[in-house]
Amino acid sequence: MSRSQARVVVTGLGATTPVGGDVASTWESLLAGRSGVRKLTQEWVADMPVQIGAPAAVDPSEVLPRVEARRLDRAAQFAIICARQAWADAGYSGKTSEAGLDPERVGVVCASGIGGLTTLLSNYDQLRDSGPRRVSPLAIPMLMPNSPAANVSIELQARAGAHTPVSACSSGAEAIANGLDMIRAGRADVVVAGGAEAVIHPLPIAAFANMMALSKRDDDPAVVSRPFDKNRDGFVLGEGGALMVLESAEHAEARGARVYAELSGAGMSADAHHIAQPEPTGAGVIAAIRKALADGELTPDEIGHVNCHATSTPVGDVAESVALNAVFGDRTPSIPVTAPKSMIGHLLGGAGAVESLATVLTLHHGLVPPTANVDDVDDDINLDIVRSTPRKLDDGPLAALNDSFGFGGHNVVLAFRRA
Amino acid sequence: MASTEEIREGLAEIVNEITGVPAEDVQLDKSFTDDLDIDSLSMVEVVVAAEEKFGVKIPDEEVKNLATVGDAVTFIEKAGS
Repeated sequence: MSRSQARVVVTGLGATTPVGGDVASTWESLLAGRSGVRKLTQEWVADMPVQIGAPAAVDPSEVLPRVEARRLDRAAQFAIICARQAWADAGYSGKTSEAGLDPERVGVVCASGIGGLTTLLSNYDQLRDSGPRRVSPLAIPMLMPNSPAANVSIELQARAGAHTPVSACSSGAEAIANGLDMIRAGRADVVVAGGAEAVIHPLPIAAFANMMALSKRDDDPAVVSRPFDKNRDGFVLGEGGALMVLESAEHAEARGARVYAELSGAGMSADAHHIAQPEPTGAGVIAAIRKALADGELTPDEIGHVNCHATSTPVGDVAESVALNAVFGDRTPSIPVTAPKSMIGHLLGGAGAVESLATVLTLHHGLVPPTANVDDVDDDINLDIVRSTPRKLDDGPLAALNDSFGFGGHNVVLAFRRA
Repeated sequence: MASTEEIREGLAEIVNEITGVPAEDVQLDKSFTDDLDIDSLSMVEVVVAAEEKFGVKIPDEEVKNLATVGDAVTFIEKAGS
């Protein structure tokens, strides 16, 4: 793919995660190695094979007015909260036209892994228990997977397009890649991109547990998610999301915007191997990394950090290490990597967005957050894992990757460059 | 059977719960769409909640005739008598 003229930069960040209700608190927790994984307290938990999760640190009901919240699935609530934060952080206030923007030049790409599942299931409960008349007229607008993107576009009056990529656990990163494409293709100057997910509910917990995807450890919740560690046995289900304001560099420069980092490229591939298992040689991941480097006009030597997908599953973490070693060769052990899922769990469609946000902040602040719970590195993992305390990165030019992979064999790698 | 004022108050509570419109604004002469800014989806929620509260049936084809709060109160009074 030839690279168009438009450079794309990140000018605003918004997040609500298991370790913080906003970007500052999330970042502070990641640097401190603080876990958001806890014992779930809902009544239904007692019968579940897995009783821990990573719920949002700040419940959306504490942030959104009641009437607004009741018309939105929890995932869309997260998306609206993130959008408002990111928009303000980028220096915009009010809707597009009030912020001096042409609404036709502002887009939204907000991913979902599963959509409004809890709305779907609670309405099914109504149907079964009370009959069809009691199914909410808001059920469809709340449960459709594009609801977060649509609500953000309505909120901001963003009319260049509102899109929802769905690729399981790589959805959030794919949204950011799609935002990059929108700006490069000249369809928008500004795109609010990311993802949100909210499916802490007995059905997905039972289903993921039956896939053998979730950790079944029942010790201290904070130590259960342990990417790269010998004793890892699966991921922890989290919820929340992140959105970032992407902008053409020209547009950002013209208004004197603060730039966190450049989004320099994206690479995507499909394993075409198995609906849930990663391809063991890492061929698909390797292809995605190489495409991201080429798209961002980067050489492997320029990459100084990788924010890993690393979900804490036995097979997935090894496949990622294999792929990184294939691309970076002898340099691999000198590239500091981190795995935020050790603290925030797995946000599914929100994961790639939150972890891209962490990658951007890592470049911006020159600090790699540690990976929690890596007590004994798996012999098959050959990476420089930042542990215990944050690692300072050298000043000067620097680029970093964010890896995101999804059930179905979706691989998305984003390349960011220090601004 | 509830009085006109009791039905209005009950409806006002429902409208407030669903839309956030202050209960005291839900008066007989108010239009659901023009004055109270209630969209078609919220109107269905109001109707279903009213059916349950007042033990009446409000058929879908009737809903479009319920332009004002007074129209709804009158319908509920008749349906319940």
